Amino acid sequence: MTDIILEARGIVKTFPGVRALDGVDLKVQRGEVHALVGENGAGKSTLMLVLGAIHKPDEGEIFVEGRPVSVSSPHDANEQGISIVFQELSLVPSLSIAENVFANRQPVNMINMLDRRTLHRQTREMLRLFDLDRLDPATLVKDLSISNQQVVEILKAMSINPKVLILDEPTSSLTESEVEQLFINIRKLKEEKGISFIYISHHLPEIFRIADSVTVLRDGKKVCDADVKGIDEEFLITNMVGRKIENMYGHREETDTVGDVLFEARGISRGDDFRDVSFSVRSGEIVGFSGLVGAGRTEVGRAIFGAEPIDAGELLMEGKPLSIRKPEEAIARGIGYLSEDRKSQGLFLDFSIKANLIANHLQDFCGGTPFMQSRKVNDYSRGCVRDYRIISRNIDQQLKFLSGGNQQKVLVGTWFGIKPRLLIVDEPTRGVDVGAKSEIYMLLRRLARNGVGIIMISSDLMEILGVSDRIMVMQAGRVVGEISGRDATEERVIAMAAGTVNGGGEA
Amino acid sequence: MKEWIARVARQREFMIFVIVVVVTVVMTFASPHFLTTGNILALLLGLSIEAIVVVAMTNLMVSGGFDMSVGSVLAFTSAATATFLRMGMPIAVAVLIGLAIGATIGLINGFFVAKVGLNPFVTTLSGLSIYRGLTLIITGGQNLAGLPLAFRAIGQTRFFGVQTPIIIALLLILIGEILLRNSRFFRQVYYIGGNEKAARLSGIRVDRMKMLSYVLTGLFAAMAGVVMTSRLGAASVTAGTGMELRVITAVIIGGASLQGGEGSVLGSFLGILLMGLILNAMNLLGVSVYWQTFVVGATLLTAVVIDQLGKLRNEGKLVIPRLRPRKATDQG
Repeated sequence: MTDIILEARGIVKTFPGVRALDGVDLKVQRGEVHALVGENGAGKSTLMLVLGAIHKPDEGEIFVEGRPVSVSSPHDANEQGISIVFQELSLVPSLSIAENVFANRQPVNMINMLDRRTLHRQTREMLRLFDLDRLDPATLVKDLSISNQQVVEILKAMSINPKVLILDEPTSSLTESEVEQLFINIRKLKEEKGISFIYISHHLPEIFRIADSVTVLRDGKKVCDADVKGIDEEFLITNMVGRKIENMYGHREETDTVGDVLFEARGISRGDDFRDVSFSVRSGEIVGFSGLVGAGRTEVGRAIFGAEPIDAGELLMEGKPLSIRKPEEAIARGIGYLSEDRKSQGLFLDFSIKANLIANHLQDFCGGTPFMQSRKVNDYSRGCVRDYRIISRNIDQQLKFLSGGNQQKVLVGTWFGIKPRLLIVDEPTRGVDVGAKSEIYMLLRRLARNGVGIIMISSDLMEILGVSDRIMVMQAGRVVGEISGRDATEERVIAMAAGTVNGGGEA
Repeated sequence: MKEWIARVARQREFMIFVIVVVVTVVMTFASPHFLTTGNILALLLGLSIEAIVVVAMTNLMVSGGFDMSVGSVLAFTSAATATFLRMGMPIAVAVLIGLAIGATIGLINGFFVAKVGLNPFVTTLSGLSIYRGLTLIITGGQNLAGLPLAFRAIGQTRFFGVQTPIIIALLLILIGEILLRNSRFFRQVYYIGGNEKAARLSGIRVDRMKMLSYVLTGLFAAMAGVVMTSRLGAASVTAGTGMELRVITAVIIGGASLQGGEGSVLGSFLGILLMGLILNAMNLLGVSVYWQTFVVGATLLTAVVIDQLGKLRNEGKLVIPRLRPRKATDQG
């Protein structure tokens, strides 16, 4: 008899028009890390919210340690030992670590006044779990680093002494060393306290680093569950997508030709961010920029786009010097930039798909008159939605209701509109599921085929290797290597990015 | 210990306190009339009515809310209470009904904001006109004087030479400060203002708490109305005009933000004290009264600009150049 701590049987949850969960089963053993994977919209989040009693299931049962439980509020779920660490931080920046950890459950004295001494002592004990007891519990959360904020978030979920801790995309805002620390902590809690984890992630390599077993969801149904030891990444992808993805990265075909040099940077520098960076992009070519977080890749991209200044060096477009001081000038010269943070920098989430797609080239829809012509707008938008396979109800749907992957397709689409000659894409598939990733790669390749030069900045090594025609490796603000896409291997790129020279100050 | 001092020094309350002390010291030397019992009491009396409202407004703004109607509610409850008194109603009953009217108006505001989901600014902006309008309707635009002597005693008595409005205001501020800082019940507003979704998940009954916060601003505006009516011995139809702006200004100077999640009663009190001090100083130094409104605005703008600079520096977006160049050894 195995020791099952949490079991869900036949969970059904429908929202108007969608069957988000369709008879899902889930079994979590005591003291294991159970990964939950699936594409966006597969039902991972809904299942999490059902387990946390934030959504009420239409059908199905939940068992904790073999006993059927009925939970009707997040509070009930906590009582049963189920606690969620949310992806979007659920902290109050202006309150202390202690008051965030014990939100609304602060120890009080007889007249219901906070007992700060006990509160801080208990918080210090919890911080010790993560070897962070040097932090003062009275420190305000807004003064903490993002990774320490995440620790507070986990402690907050831990403070109810959970049996099962649900982690929703916990690494999305962490650097590699912070991810490593998180994994050490998860293993520690698992081994020392026997806590089980449900680990939701898009990032498949992580699953193999941290999880013991995995359940795959697709279209609201459980596809399979397995021991992580017995499977590989391809198995997961095949099950998640429901078809084998061939040619995931949209490799170049023999017929594709690379044209003349389109864009060139000669010795551009700015302060400590990047120094003496030179490279060129040919038309029809995808140049990948690899390197560790903080190596200066994003800064170079933003500098070319005119979003940040350049101290020295020059930029050339088709051999002619370019002077770009503002993004508007870059756009006017046919340079597009896809920001790594699509939510805050690239898209109008409250606006419709249509409004987003036309936003940066409104004049194209006026036909020489001062007024927009709605037929042109609609035709164009429908074309985009069809061509880019944006899954949506219609072109008037608000962007915030689309999945991350589809939002990203809209963002790529908005830049196609200006008919760019050079497109800079920064982390184009962050937070995007496998199926949509592949479609975004196809889109980029299609642009390249039309003669556009593409600079792709990415921390995802497989993406860099799979998509790029040529790879530039940056380390501590300098270009330390250039490899053609055909010759590149994981090992070579990593070795270059890590650097043989001690760059000083670079993690 | 050092850490503790550093944290206290970073508190907004401390910053304003320092400014208050500086202004006080400077004024003591600048004007012989400043540091006199008479002047200090006059200063405190002048801000006592608004200080009462500041307590509830702080709680509301920490929760992320906002109430533009307090000045009008003050006038309306004042007029209502005076009307009841002139009808011969017992004082206690008239006052209680006045307070109940204020609380009910707060409940209505809170209902529209928390349950119907209207924007707090728009909801209470309507209130600002509605209750001022009702005041004019029930009074016919006339001030209501001739109130019973016993009622006037509420606001006109002195204890140890200090007028009751000052005592009432200071008491409410003390109680408000303790409750908002230390009681688990009122701490809930920080979670609501800081992260409403998270507050719900922590089991906080957000809507109820929001409505209560509006009830409190209504109730405190009514209390201020009663005290003011009693002190003046009459209900004035223009009472509390523009008060909402001064009260909100004080709360923001005191460290609250319009997004909610921060602020304290002590800070807000220091904020209103600072504004009162500056106006008092300008009076004593013979600056034209026409400058007063200007100075209130300038003080607010200065406070939020300083705050924003601090935030930008924390986020690394603002680099304040050092006066002396760094030595090379610093970088190793």
